[in-house]
Amino acid sequence: MQYMILIYTPEYTPLKPGDPGFEEWMAPWVEFNRTHTESGALLGGGQLQPVSTATTIRREFGGGDTILDGPFAETKEVLGGYYLIEAADLDAALAITASLPLPGGSFEVRPLERNPVM
Amino acid sequence: MLALLASRFGLDAADDAVQDALVEALNWRAVPDNPAAWLYTVARNRAIDRIRRDAVARRRTLDAGADLAVLHPSTHDPYDTEEEDDMIVDHSEVGDEQLRLMLLCCHPALARDAQVALTLRLVGGLTTDEIAAAFLLPEATLAQRIVRAKRKIRDAGIPLSVPAALDERIDALLGVLYLVFNEGYLSRGDAAGARVDLMEESIRLAIRLMGLLPGNAEVEGLVALQLYVRARTDARFAGGELVLLEQQDRSLWDLELIGQADAVLAAAMSRGTPGPYQLQAVIAGYHSNARTASDTDWPAIASVYGRLLEATPSPVVALNHAVAVAMADGAPAGLRLLDELSGLDDYHLYWAARGELLARAGAATRRRPLCGARSTSL
Repeated sequence: MQYMILIYTPEYTPLKPGDPGFEEWMAPWVEFNRTHTESGALLGGGQLQPVSTATTIRREFGGGDTILDGPFAETKEVLGGYYLIEAADLDAALAITASLPLPGGSFEVRPLERNPVM
Repeated sequence: MLALLASRFGLDAADDAVQDALVEALNWRAVPDNPAAWLYTVARNRAIDRIRRDAVARRRTLDAGADLAVLHPSTHDPYDTEEEDDMIVDHSEVGDEQLRLMLLCCHPALARDAQVALTLRLVGGLTTDEIAAAFLLPEATLAQRIVRAKRKIRDAGIPLSVPAALDERIDALLGVLYLVFNEGYLSRGDAAGARVDLMEESIRLAIRLMGLLPGNAEVEGLVALQLYVRARTDARFAGGELVLLEQQDRSLWDLELIGQADAVLAAAMSRGTPGPYQLQAVIAGYHSNARTASDTDWPAIASVYGRLLEATPSPVVALNHAVAVAMADGAPAGLRLLDELSGLDDYHLYWAARGELLARAGAATRRRPLCGARSTSL
């Protein structure tokens, strides 16, 4: 089955190459990506730019579109990135998710529809 | 049995089929030599009947396989009943199908109320309206809860397997059984005779679990705890009124059950891995083995409450600890502990206990009964 891992954390500024401590910060992510790529579990993923870069199209039912500055919902924890994984079942997906090298946050695991309409 | 059937036919179909078989079992004229095997055969045939009956209608609207198969959603065809499906292959030490079904019902991806409903429905075999009546919920609410839970198991791919974190899952399962038991215990005063006896149901399931997980001290602890409490239940009500432990007619206590509880608890304690259920059972054991209220070994009970408080810190346990200390060392000692407690302002038993201890300490003039404070001490 395919699962999407949606990573919500308090918004933080990620380190950039050259910043002090960048290597130490990146190392567990490199390890996470390598491990799960080698096992074939990792199908894709990405880190999102800060919420300040978000633009939302709001479409009212029966109404028109409005383009808005900002994310869909203002929350304390924001969607910061995602992974798309292949796992045998929910327990396997949760095991991968639990190995995310993040100190805190909410990591939502959702199965993809098996017969997608889109 | 349900687990075996579920592995072949999917959860919904197996669930219905077992109900059919149980209904048929009510018509037994003579008990078959091997009721379990007979029940399985009937249920299996019923499952096949039911699937054949439903197959035509369902195939029109549903992708074959995706609807029923919980275990192998993409490859499993529940309508292909001729072929022998693989049983679940699992090489872990705990290989019992029934245990896996119990553990599945308590998967942390399911909400606690869904865990309770599923356990009673799928493992306990209660009907939806029985569970609804037991928890005083509309049947539609309960039915929907079960449907949603089954749907999540299927759609999210919750596996029917022994989890890596087995101890945590067993904890969840014990928590569900304990909750069911307490629901039954606390509802004993209700006149609603139609309610399923949740205490009996919980005891039955816990004893079954004890057979599935031999040597697990906490499972034994829960069984012992439940047996002790059950043994005293008949004395808990007189003429529809709640009778507190101190005033109960102890000749009504079921000594045979207490003896069984003693034996189970002794086995548990011999394993040297104490836990919250064993500690609660020890406390219940001191009460159950006191021939009169004044024989109660309060110093021992206070000491075990102290250990329980260390293991599972909670204001309610702290309250019980304070009451036990008051009984052992006098009201002022208990009051000192109560004064340190916080978070119980809305808990009526806190005020009841406080009033009682103040009365006993002579700080209040009007004596009030210890309103149920000790009824919380199982």
